[in-house]
Amino acid sequence: MLGDYSIGDLGAILAMQGFAGLILFSVYVLMALGLAIIFGQMGVINMAHGEFMILGAYVTWMTSNAVQHFAPSLFPGYFFLAMILAFIASGALGMLVEWALIRHLYKRPLDTLLATWGLSLILQQAYRSIFGAREVGVELPDWMMGSWPATDSIQIPINGMFVMALTMLITIAVAYVLYWSKWGKQVRAVVQNRVMAGAVGINTEKVDCYTFGLGCGIAGIAGSAFTMIGSTGPTAGQLYIVDTFLVVVFGGAASLLGTIASAFSISQTQSTLEFFLSGSMAKVITLLTIVGILMVRPQGLFALKVRK
Amino acid sequence: MGMAALPAITMLPRPSFADVPATSAVNTTGLAVTDSEVTVGILHSVTGTMAISETGSVEAEKLAIEQINAAGGVLGRKIKFIQEDGASDWPTFAEKAKKLLVNDKCAAVMGCWTSASRKAVLPVFEQYNGMLYYPTFYEGLEQSKNVIYTGQEATQQIIAGLDWVTKTKGAKSFYLLGSDYIWPRTSNKIARKHIEGHLQGCKVVGEEYFPLGSTQFNSVINKIKLTKPDVIYAIIVGGSNVAFYKQLKAAGIDLSKQTLLTISVTEDEIDGIGGENIAGAYACMKYFQSLDNANNKAFVPAFKKMWGEKTVIGDVTQAAYLGPWLWKLTAEKAGSFDIDKIAAASPGVEFKGAPEGYVRIHENHHLWSKTRVGRAKADGQYELIFETADLVEPDPFPKGYQ
Amino acid sequence: MVINSRFFNRSELIGFFALALVLFVILPLFLDIFRLNLVAKYLTYAFVGIGLVLCWGYGGILSLGQGVFFGLGGYCMAMYLKLEASSVANTKIQSTPGIPDFMDWNQITQIPLFWKPFHSFPLTILAILVVPAFFAFIIGAAMFKRRVGGVYFAIITQAIAAILTILIVGQQGYTGGINGITDLRTLHGWDIRTDHAKFILYFVEVVLLFGCIIAAQFIRLTKLGRILVAMRDQEDRVRFSGYSVANFMIFAFCAAAVFASIGGALFTLEVGFMSPSFVGIVPSIEMVIYTAVGGRMSIFGAVWGSLLVNFAKTSLSESFPQLWLFGLGALFIAVVLAFPNGLSGIWADYVQPRIDRLLASRKPKSAPGYVADGAPAE
Repeated sequence: MLGDYSIGDLGAILAMQGFAGLILFSVYVLMALGLAIIFGQMGVINMAHGEFMILGAYVTWMTSNAVQHFAPSLFPGYFFLAMILAFIASGALGMLVEWALIRHLYKRPLDTLLATWGLSLILQQAYRSIFGAREVGVELPDWMMGSWPATDSIQIPINGMFVMALTMLITIAVAYVLYWSKWGKQVRAVVQNRVMAGAVGINTEKVDCYTFGLGCGIAGIAGSAFTMIGSTGPTAGQLYIVDTFLVVVFGGAASLLGTIASAFSISQTQSTLEFFLSGSMAKVITLLTIVGILMVRPQGLFALKVRK
Repeated sequence: MGMAALPAITMLPRPSFADVPATSAVNTTGLAVTDSEVTVGILHSVTGTMAISETGSVEAEKLAIEQINAAGGVLGRKIKFIQEDGASDWPTFAEKAKKLLVNDKCAAVMGCWTSASRKAVLPVFEQYNGMLYYPTFYEGLEQSKNVIYTGQEATQQIIAGLDWVTKTKGAKSFYLLGSDYIWPRTSNKIARKHIEGHLQGCKVVGEEYFPLGSTQFNSVINKIKLTKPDVIYAIIVGGSNVAFYKQLKAAGIDLSKQTLLTISVTEDEIDGIGGENIAGAYACMKYFQSLDNANNKAFVPAFKKMWGEKTVIGDVTQAAYLGPWLWKLTAEKAGSFDIDKIAAASPGVEFKGAPEGYVRIHENHHLWSKTRVGRAKADGQYELIFETADLVEPDPFPKGYQ
Repeated sequence: MVINSRFFNRSELIGFFALALVLFVILPLFLDIFRLNLVAKYLTYAFVGIGLVLCWGYGGILSLGQGVFFGLGGYCMAMYLKLEASSVANTKIQSTPGIPDFMDWNQITQIPLFWKPFHSFPLTILAILVVPAFFAFIIGAAMFKRRVGGVYFAIITQAIAAILTILIVGQQGYTGGINGITDLRTLHGWDIRTDHAKFILYFVEVVLLFGCIIAAQFIRLTKLGRILVAMRDQEDRVRFSGYSVANFMIFAFCAAAVFASIGGALFTLEVGFMSPSFVGIVPSIEMVIYTAVGGRMSIFGAVWGSLLVNFAKTSLSESFPQLWLFGLGALFIAVVLAFPNGLSGIWADYVQPRIDRLLASRKPKSAPGYVADGAPAE
């Protein structure tokens, strides 16, 4: 298939394809970060993660409508406000869920799966009752759509760059919070030894609650960002859940670096395969490869060296 | 359970009005018909992933039933409907279809949306002899005494559109895209046969499928940029549409310059995609909300009055609206609610009040209808560009396209 | 079969006969054939549930991919029935008569090799039992030998369910795609669509169900069952004692797979078609939830759970189609939070003692192995 094209064409496509892979990488990281915190640090299997993302998307949609209605002149910048609101809304719901549901289940990780599955059903139906069964279209400011022509033939999508920048920013923020802040030390102390952490005076319940809220809040930001590339409907959250879990597990659950590395390798594999095969087959082969590798190396790419 | 049928059997025939035929005469097979009422079923998903698409159909069917009742009903009887939820789950569709036929004795069922749900209920309708009015455009390759297909089958929708695009745009190369299931695959197969076999000098430069719900299209967009097809032929469904068109726009493919022809995006989908993201694309189907005819000018305000100013009406919604009307006209032609008589009387039934203009039922239980090409505008509506001069004959088993 | 008092203890014996009474006598007497067929559909999930009780409740291995095995069994049966329904006489209008309709639509002119064995009924039965066991063995051997368990195993099985769904949907020429294999008519020349056939199939299914219950009970009572429980609670100690933990896990997983596959095959017979929507992630999780609601430690609980949740699903969705998801979601949360042992736990904790008191029995209640709040369930 490559015979008829000039070197310049191929170079341009290669560059754009590389960029497509990077965008997919950012999307995966953004999806997985919240879950990496919740699942990786706390061991909670949050099947409602996708629904927290969609909450962020709906908040963005509402903000967009409100800004258009009350302050149309601010519309070009509304997206930043929307992301903050999405973070707050999803984070608050997450803390509520943690308080009402999750904190009773820390000793039974598999049961969190069932309970959060029930939660996801309820949230889906709630979205359907509140926002209607149809998808909503989130209108974006003009500057976010379209592409930036790097050369005559290479065009880089602006929303792709936006997602990448956002991902980088949030990753750095999360890394800072978890590894350098005082609160992050508390989180990691609770993860490593709950009893001991309590004994040295850390309020473990509070730490749990905020950690879960942070994870959900990041999911909300991800959902908000995904209105640029995906659909917003009551059941759209389910599309993301398997990919997200695989990214986290493949990376080695407790490691932030692992999550990033796994998102990178999965996204590159998939986008390369997609270029040479059909979309469906690319997906199957990528998933099979991940499962195959996980069978050989169950602890994931980067596992913390913890003695069991 | 099963009680709905009882009144029809136990009630003594009352002296009927002159213009209302006796129940015993119009209902010889124990359907749920009384002297004043006739029961039909509505079977769509109002929960689950398909609720997004099927909501419009439910709304249209309810509107049609209300209008028919306001106009005096069918054979002097008001239509009463029983709504069941298929829950986007095919066995649930089969189960509910059976309930509607066996327990509720519905005289007709308006329902189903996806091919899979239709395939699941088809044996049920054939076994228990029910009547299904199916609204979606679909892949064809099916014909049943017990189903009236009020949407277009694939050849009706595809061939006229391809002819139009080659003639007016001088298109020579096509890139075929689709969600990975039977309707896009069969439709693209027909499209490919037509492009390669019937259109001079035209070729297909790529064909690809994506899992349902897929949200990443950047790779295929790059391939499209590499192959530079004259026409992108897209049959992507559901939430994937939103991702596809947004990413297409973000990648700098300007639909005012690049021709894109779709058969899967109705006004309903544009609501989710956002008109500004798809403006300029061409859609090939039989109905657009913006059609300029007297029927449609009455239909659109009525629909909005019932379901809100903001609702939009797509091709399938309109086809769903035809179901109850066609059934009423057929029952009046047959002078009976009996399924066998309805099935036999269906061919030739005309509906002059159809929002799309005029339709007629073919011998093969599909509809004769015009095929139209519309161009998407930023406000989410289509602007009519082209329509076939005559009604297109439905051909569910097209020779040379299989 | 002689059921002595050691095989079932007293309350299990009551449970056994109560279930038999309900399924064999009460339901067929009081339900019309339409509802009875629904019950038959619900019961196919009970097979999966019984398998899950063994591998999850006792073995501590939570599989979120039981839909894979359910689907394998279902597809095996569907392939046999489809070949029978696609006789040359039935498929005259196709361009290639004598092959399944969806193959004809996809320009396949010959029955593919892997469909060939399904011309034969005995081979089909064999495939229903062997194919899922084989797959479960491969998955289990790869994972358990490397000591993958708990949450990881759950997520990997979930991914496998996703892969199989995409594969089936993508290869529609060979599998029927997303529509699945539909329009199944006869089994060995016997029309399975008639009311009479549905009635007989119901009883066949109930008999098989009791066969599976007894088999599961047998596994549970042997040393193997006790080792499973020991492994769930303290895997390392069992390993130190010289047992090959992985082999026991593989066995439990394979057994669960076979039960699920039988359920799937019966599902195809009862419902009349098979489609990838029973293979994926959502149905797999739902099956786990039926088991959880019924009680993950109780074989009978799994059967009741499948019956009651599905019954609630059907009746709620008939009366309040917009609201049933709320109810269903709340039910799952309630079961997990308040009643981790499900209905059978409620029975054992609240109802049984009262009955005992009424009967003035002085026997101490024994319910070993129930998940207490602090027990390691991973």
